[in-house]
Amino acid sequence: MNAILKTEHLNLWYGQNHALKDINLEMPQNQVTALIGPSGCGKSTFLKTLDRMNDLVPSVRIEGKVMYRDQNIFDPQVDVTWLRRHVGMVFQKPNPFPMSIYDNIAYGPRTHGIRGKKQLDEIVEKSLQGAAIWDEVKDRLKKSALSLSGGQQQRICIARAMAVEPDVLLMDEATSALDPISTSKIEDLIAELKKTYTIVIVTHNMQQATRVSDRCAFFLHGELVEADDTEKLFSVPKDKRTEDYITGRFG
Amino acid sequence: MEHLSWNRRIYDRGLRALLYLCAGITVALLVFMIGYVFYRGLGGITWEFLTTQRSLIKGTDGILPNILNTLYIIFLSMIIVLPLGVGAAIYLTEYATNHKLLSIIEFATETLTGIPSIIFGLVGMLFFQQIMGLKYGILGGGLTLVIMILPTIVRTTQESLKTVPQSYREGALGLGAGKWRMVRTVVLPNAVDGIVTGCILAVGRIVGESAALLFTAGMGGVLHNFADALTTSSGTLSVALYVAVNERGDVQTALAIAAVLMVITLLINLLAMVAGSRLKNK
Repeated sequence: MNAILKTEHLNLWYGQNHALKDINLEMPQNQVTALIGPSGCGKSTFLKTLDRMNDLVPSVRIEGKVMYRDQNIFDPQVDVTWLRRHVGMVFQKPNPFPMSIYDNIAYGPRTHGIRGKKQLDEIVEKSLQGAAIWDEVKDRLKKSALSLSGGQQQRICIARAMAVEPDVLLMDEATSALDPISTSKIEDLIAELKKTYTIVIVTHNMQQATRVSDRCAFFLHGELVEADDTEKLFSVPKDKRTEDYITGRFG
Repeated sequence: MEHLSWNRRIYDRGLRALLYLCAGITVALLVFMIGYVFYRGLGGITWEFLTTQRSLIKGTDGILPNILNTLYIIFLSMIIVLPLGVGAAIYLTEYATNHKLLSIIEFATETLTGIPSIIFGLVGMLFFQQIMGLKYGILGGGLTLVIMILPTIVRTTQESLKTVPQSYREGALGLGAGKWRMVRTVVLPNAVDGIVTGCILAVGRIVGESAALLFTAGMGGVLHNFADALTTSSGTLSVALYVAVNERGDVQTALAIAAVLMVITLLINLLAMVAGSRLKNK
């Protein structure tokens, strides 16, 4: 098992609140790791820590290590923009910029210095195809991304994240704001994407976790209770609390 | 039941009538005010009035110098206050992290927007003329106005920056954009409307200002180019209006100046709105 992302004794506090407690988790290459658990268990916080989006929160304190390809991302010499280029994020609510579809996808590559029109055209087409939305938008690339439906917007956001060619894609409940049809489109997409990317998703929906993930990690009250292959975790959980949660006894 | 709903209908109608009345009175007052100024003032506007200066020798009575002074002072103030104010607002909203200090600064700027302009005039006169050694003129007046309208620009810009959804910022940072690139490409373009509103308010205050400028820019009515006007006593239209009424008792001229002022304000606001929508679509 080749872990591309790995946390070692990761602890996180928001002020006095100990939100993540000694988390050790490995996220293997080209697999989908799902983080599950009840609201407030720390799974979203954990996800945001992986590309240092928690840096935006005042009063946050982090101890321990997050290793991305053998590099501790909290090392002072690590450039956050470098990290976020390689570890992309798709947010819970679709958040396309109020620009054209084309400019949304080209935002990341332009940020990283790609200016040539031909090169950008290629990246835009490739990313939109990768996110399975090219056919729906190819005739209106100059139209505002806000004119699309929620499910389309989320796939635009996925395409936008792919356009900077990251290694890892983090998805924070990326389907929770979408209708069932859009959700199943994105789930199909995740299965396709893991051939190229390492994917970590947060989900409230246990069926979704069983459908799309290879590995599953169960969080509770800021602790990592159990992490295992998804099939094992859902059929023979080792911990009583995991069993209670996946059988719907709480949460 | 019947009785209750009838009562409610009366109540509802009454309230609606009252609201209509409020709106009606507001509109009527504005229309009356604008109409009155134009009705009495437009007659006094002649080509000579707009294109000459007041001269007893030539026997002309024009306000060209005052029109130019007004434009000079708008130009000078805005070109200084806009980058300064927008820059300060960006720093306060996007970069500053000390929230306690931040709320003190916000409270202070809010208070400053409500201070009577004559105080700015007094302090401007003492500081720029007595300490810095500037003469009456557009420079001293313009700098005083910069101080006076800076809080307005900062506050309106800050408010409009705050309306930009946090998710846009996260999206940009999540793609590896640096802070400044995020501000420039995602935050500022979506805050342009508010900044334009701030500019319109600021121009309105500059155009309408007389008290602060009497002390700092002076009330001269002689034709000068921009460079000379900087340090020569130069009255703006509002100041000229004050002088016409107060020193010459010439209400007719004052009304004509008022009409010109209103047209200029309208034109500048239109310009700001066009510039804003251009910037936004870019």
